[in-house]
Amino acid sequence: MSRDFSPAYAGTSLELTATGLACRRSGRLLFSGLGFSLRGGRALVVTGANGAGKSSLLTILRGRLKPAAGTVTLKGAGERTLSETINFVGHREGLKGMLTARENLAFAEKMLGGEGQSPVAALEKLDVAHLVDLPVAYLSAGQRRRVALARLFVAFRPIWLLDEPTSALDAASAALLTRLMREHLARGGMIVAATHQPLGLDGEDVLAIEPPAQTGSHPDSDEDDGEAW
Amino acid sequence: MGAFLAIVRRDLAIAGRIGGAGGLPLVFFLMLVTLIPFAIGPDLNLLSRIGPAILWLAAVLATLIGLDRLFQADEEDGSLDIILAGELPLELGVVAKGIAHWLATGLPLALFAPLFGLLLALTPEAMLAVAATLLVGTPALTFIGMVGAALTARLRRGGLILSILVMPLMVPSLIFGVSAAQAALGGTVPFLSPFLILCAISLFAIVVGAVAAAAALRAEG
Repeated sequence: MSRDFSPAYAGTSLELTATGLACRRSGRLLFSGLGFSLRGGRALVVTGANGAGKSSLLTILRGRLKPAAGTVTLKGAGERTLSETINFVGHREGLKGMLTARENLAFAEKMLGGEGQSPVAALEKLDVAHLVDLPVAYLSAGQRRRVALARLFVAFRPIWLLDEPTSALDAASAALLTRLMREHLARGGMIVAATHQPLGLDGEDVLAIEPPAQTGSHPDSDEDDGEAW
Repeated sequence: MGAFLAIVRRDLAIAGRIGGAGGLPLVFFLMLVTLIPFAIGPDLNLLSRIGPAILWLAAVLATLIGLDRLFQADEEDGSLDIILAGELPLELGVVAKGIAHWLATGLPLALFAPLFGLLLALTPEAMLAVAATLLVGTPALTFIGMVGAALTARLRRGGLILSILVMPLMVPSLIFGVSAAQAALGGTVPFLSPFLILCAISLFAIVVGAVAAAAALRAEG
């Protein structure tokens, strides 16, 4: 396991804290009173049934959804905001099918800010360097996922936010991902992953999302939702 | 600046590579301009009189094609998340997308307008005037349309709502664009007054469109 400290977060002691988070979507209360505290070098695994709100929690953490209640704070990141320290890989992988893996990753590198590895080096880490010049549309689901995960290395960001990272991956790739996640944690990084499969990191924290008591979630109790769906 | 150019370059690469979608507005423009003389008949005087208006109408409709995919495609495949997570202010990211859309749609329309003007029996002065008005007027069409595209980014079939939202806002550009082109053919109004108003509308649309589209994209995750 590599022990070298990357310049991006050497000497920082990040702390991500969420308190009293509640999420309401389309008038339905998904969860409430959710809280956790996570330090650099630690991982948090979010579990819960389908539709429990795992992805919504990740959406709140990266600032794309306002929580109905509660706060998320990040300490130790200096001037960078929470969304600037997060590298997110989710179901919608952020890959353009007609662009090659190299072009997709180069775009992500430019957008997310440099200090990372080259697209080829990042793809090598995921063992898919041979796909670098293929349009992503030609790749299988597992290969696409690995190209998307390579984004974690083209831009060094200390917090990895992963939504079902092992879905579509074969056993060998899942083991590879686990090894890469351990390296990231060893360098002081942080991982929040929503998953059904155990990730095999030893000593990760587990946050189980339980549905709230049904009495409190009557749709008529609150009419404030302005969502389109 | 690197991120800004990266968006422009990526969108142009996609427009150039995806089968036909990049050239679709131009082909649509050509189809409209080709069919109208058949519908009106071989009256060259009439054609050359209404020619500038036809070219402008065709440009408005051609811009609307594909506008609904401007942000929807990025929203669906998750690239919008990458743009939002970046350090580039979203307003600038949106301007970059607008510029790429204009380079792929508005600019070719303006460049090919003189050629298509031949089909409408336009005089050389009228061809140049129409090309000039399209060159400065199509940015307004793109950036006004961008606001509608941002508002409907998360709707499955947002094209209809987009057109209804955006069409009325494009009317001023249409009026001043056509009247500047007509003024170049002679008349009481000098060419420059409607032309400068058209330039002003474009500049205004770029600023307001960028802020409004960014606000619409941020509104609900």
